[in-house]
Amino acid sequence: MIKNFLYSQKVAPYVFVLPFVLVFIIFWIYPLLSSFGMSFQKVTLGQEAHFIGADNYTKLMGDTIFFKAVRNSAVYMLLTLVILIPFPMLFAVLINNKAMWAREFFKSAFFFPALTSVVVAGTIFRLMFGEMEGSLINSILGVFGVEPVKFLKGQTTGFIALVALATWRWMGVNMLYFLSGLKNIPDDYYEAASIDGASAFQRFTRITVPLLKPTTIYVLTISIYAGLAMFIESMMLWNGNNSPKNIGLTIVGYLYRQGIEKNNLGYAAAVGIVLLLITMVINLTQLAFSGMFKKEED
Amino acid sequence: MKTGTIRKIILFAFFSVLCLLILVPFYAVTIASFKPGEDLIRYGLNLRFNLSAMSFDNFVFLFTGEHAYFTWFFNSLLLTVVQVVVTLLVSATVAYGFSAYEFRGKTLLFICVLLIMMVPFEILLLPLYTLTFNMGLMNSYSAIILPGVASAATIFFFRQYLRGIPKEMIAAGRVDGANEYAIYVRLILPVMKPSFAAMAILNGMNSWNNFLWPFMVLSNENKYTLPIGLKTLLTPYGNNYDLLIVGSFFSILPILALFLGFQKYFIDGMTAGAVKG
Repeated sequence: MIKNFLYSQKVAPYVFVLPFVLVFIIFWIYPLLSSFGMSFQKVTLGQEAHFIGADNYTKLMGDTIFFKAVRNSAVYMLLTLVILIPFPMLFAVLINNKAMWAREFFKSAFFFPALTSVVVAGTIFRLMFGEMEGSLINSILGVFGVEPVKFLKGQTTGFIALVALATWRWMGVNMLYFLSGLKNIPDDYYEAASIDGASAFQRFTRITVPLLKPTTIYVLTISIYAGLAMFIESMMLWNGNNSPKNIGLTIVGYLYRQGIEKNNLGYAAAVGIVLLLITMVINLTQLAFSGMFKKEED
Repeated sequence: MKTGTIRKIILFAFFSVLCLLILVPFYAVTIASFKPGEDLIRYGLNLRFNLSAMSFDNFVFLFTGEHAYFTWFFNSLLLTVVQVVVTLLVSATVAYGFSAYEFRGKTLLFICVLLIMMVPFEILLLPLYTLTFNMGLMNSYSAIILPGVASAATIFFFRQYLRGIPKEMIAAGRVDGANEYAIYVRLILPVMKPSFAAMAILNGMNSWNNFLWPFMVLSNENKYTLPIGLKTLLTPYGNNYDLLIVGSFFSILPILALFLGFQKYFIDGMTAGAVKG
């Protein structure tokens, strides 16, 4: 009886998707709702929580360190967008050129950095951007007569190290995304344009860029997400969550500091909800502007 | 002809320079693993190649010294293998449910899959942390494996792949009298095999390098994974560079070897989302 029920074609699909439903409810919906609930409470691990209304949010709005973290995350995200979209796109087009030698070799070499964990990559960059005269970057600057720079002690120089790390790790991956997008553009388009006398630059701006749009939107979406949620990179570069004057503090870093380091879970939950709102608003705006929704209605 | 050659040379030179820049950190960490830790404290990571100061001491220490490196290494290996096998099987099953049947609530459920891909996992860290604490799962690998067992990106990829498999196969199985589950296990799973490689690599890489969530859950040194173990070598009271650098160097090797052997699958796995997104 039960066997017949479970084996019927009506019930089987639900059995197949059941693991997803369970994971979704237990590990996404429940935490999301409880995060929302916690943001209106004062919560300390192992103690009774109590409701405090919107106190966490009002406190958050006057929290200058929180705004510092938001600013850092936003600047980091913008810098990664400005660097990690146009350059990988251009490099993908160049490497895709028929005149290119050793293409496969370069493609794999550029991918190597993505294989390292943030812990290892962060350690390497922390030491490369060390403040000693003999560390890699300073020794190169020394050749040009520049005094050793204390990279991780300053806002701008700290961000240079942070963005260099991101660029190193993701350039090759984004390039691969664009290369797989380029495969979908038929060669005829370029041939036809050449016959009409279009220059290489015109072909790039009029054919490649518009036709790569789906790939660009994908890379943009994941980069916005990754940029706003960045934390471990900063943790590794500054060897912990406490950078001088919070120059490396990010939104998730602040969430971690309040929630785990200070056991102030309700306040940290409010930080998380604000992060969720920021991510959703930016990504939905971006998708609306790029016409993703319109396309799906067609 | 002439301009073509010049263009080739310029392109090649340009990418060679870029390639060198990208490989510099690898070179630096490789030579640093042959240098004494004090050297790093004094000079940082650099490109100085000085044979007289270099030795295999760090490697000897790595393989024979008193430390937990290989405990962490094998923990990572174990966790990665278990996580990949479980995640792939569960995600493939779910993807099959989505692609082979029409059922009530299907669209809504699939929107939930997409939703997971859009919500930053980081905002769930704290509620998941309290949930894990309340369930008594702190310090266990289940706490790391379970939340990711139905991976949205993996489900999405498998569903895409299953679209290419003819529905007649399922119908033929039914005619032969096989039940719904036997059809999946005996007929569909075998033809899905090629798609498993790319997803095994993608999930394996994520799992091998995963840091934040395991770092929050695991507090027992004997259960640390490699990234957590390496991170603990950096302390506010001084850093154990001898082991850190050689350990970092050594941790890249297995994944690099895998990459060189199965490059195509790495690339397929990494770009899976972007192709028909």
